[in-house]
Amino acid sequence: MEEKELQNELASIRSIMERSSKFISLSGLSGILAGVYALIGAYLAYRLIYQGPTRIYDSLSVDAYPETITYLIIIAVAVLAASLITGFVLSSRQAKRKSQPIWGKISQTLMFHMATPLVTGGLLILILLSRGYYGIVTPSTLIFYGLSLVSASNFTFGDVKYLGILEIVLGLIAACLPGYGLLFWAIGFGVLHIVYGSMMYLKYDK
Amino acid sequence: MNNISFDKLDKAFENRVRLQIMSVLVANERYDFNSLKDLLNITDGNLASHLKALEKEEYIMVHKSFLGRKPNTNYEATMKGKQAFKEHLNTLEQLIKLQKHT
Repeated sequence: MEEKELQNELASIRSIMERSSKFISLSGLSGILAGVYALIGAYLAYRLIYQGPTRIYDSLSVDAYPETITYLIIIAVAVLAASLITGFVLSSRQAKRKSQPIWGKISQTLMFHMATPLVTGGLLILILLSRGYYGIVTPSTLIFYGLSLVSASNFTFGDVKYLGILEIVLGLIAACLPGYGLLFWAIGFGVLHIVYGSMMYLKYDK
Repeated sequence: MNNISFDKLDKAFENRVRLQIMSVLVANERYDFNSLKDLLNITDGNLASHLKALEKEEYIMVHKSFLGRKPNTNYEATMKGKQAFKEHLNTLEQLIKLQKHT
């Protein structure tokens, strides 16, 4: 055996161990785009909320602004849907390139570990919203999203873990500073996604 | 002098597919037949024969179960298999070092 051959052998082992246990087809580009959607959503929400003389958290009640709440929920759902679709399309393209099945054992494990905190958080937020606790939306979306990233990070790039921790910290800070929800939301889902998406794009997408 | 080291390489891992199967089973607790097939991109028959060989060496364990009506076969590396894999990697590493010096 030549030295080259030995090196190839070791490299192939390393690559197969990684491909068998981690979903390495997560697209960085989709992270950037998700960040952009979030910023657009945050801007639309800002226009909606801050058009009047009062800030929303001073005066908000369901009776006073039923349509505003509905619009905000529509914006949030649209941002989420657009991000999920983009993530799915770009990651499946990436999966094809890295010859990893998009719907295989690993992507399923990844999704399960991501969905558990995310669905729990989502339902909790909806329950609390229905009881009128609007202030919890920003901190809890950030915190539960961060938890889901940390839990999913074992099955994909390690960088995702740090993004998750940052989201959690941001969520906790947001919980201490009521009234700046939209700002934290824009930083967490917009800016951080763009920063991390670009990092991962440069590191792994090619 | 290199020949002495080459003898230490595990015969069971001479074939690349077997080494790859073992890599997957060391990195993951369990892996099922179809996922292995997709990952390694080889045919059913080819994979089955290599799995048989590793099973015969007692390097892997087979767990058979049913998912609904479909049979679902999972594989797991044994302690013996993990040990052999580790030693094989060590030998490969030493060989590389040795060749760098000569």
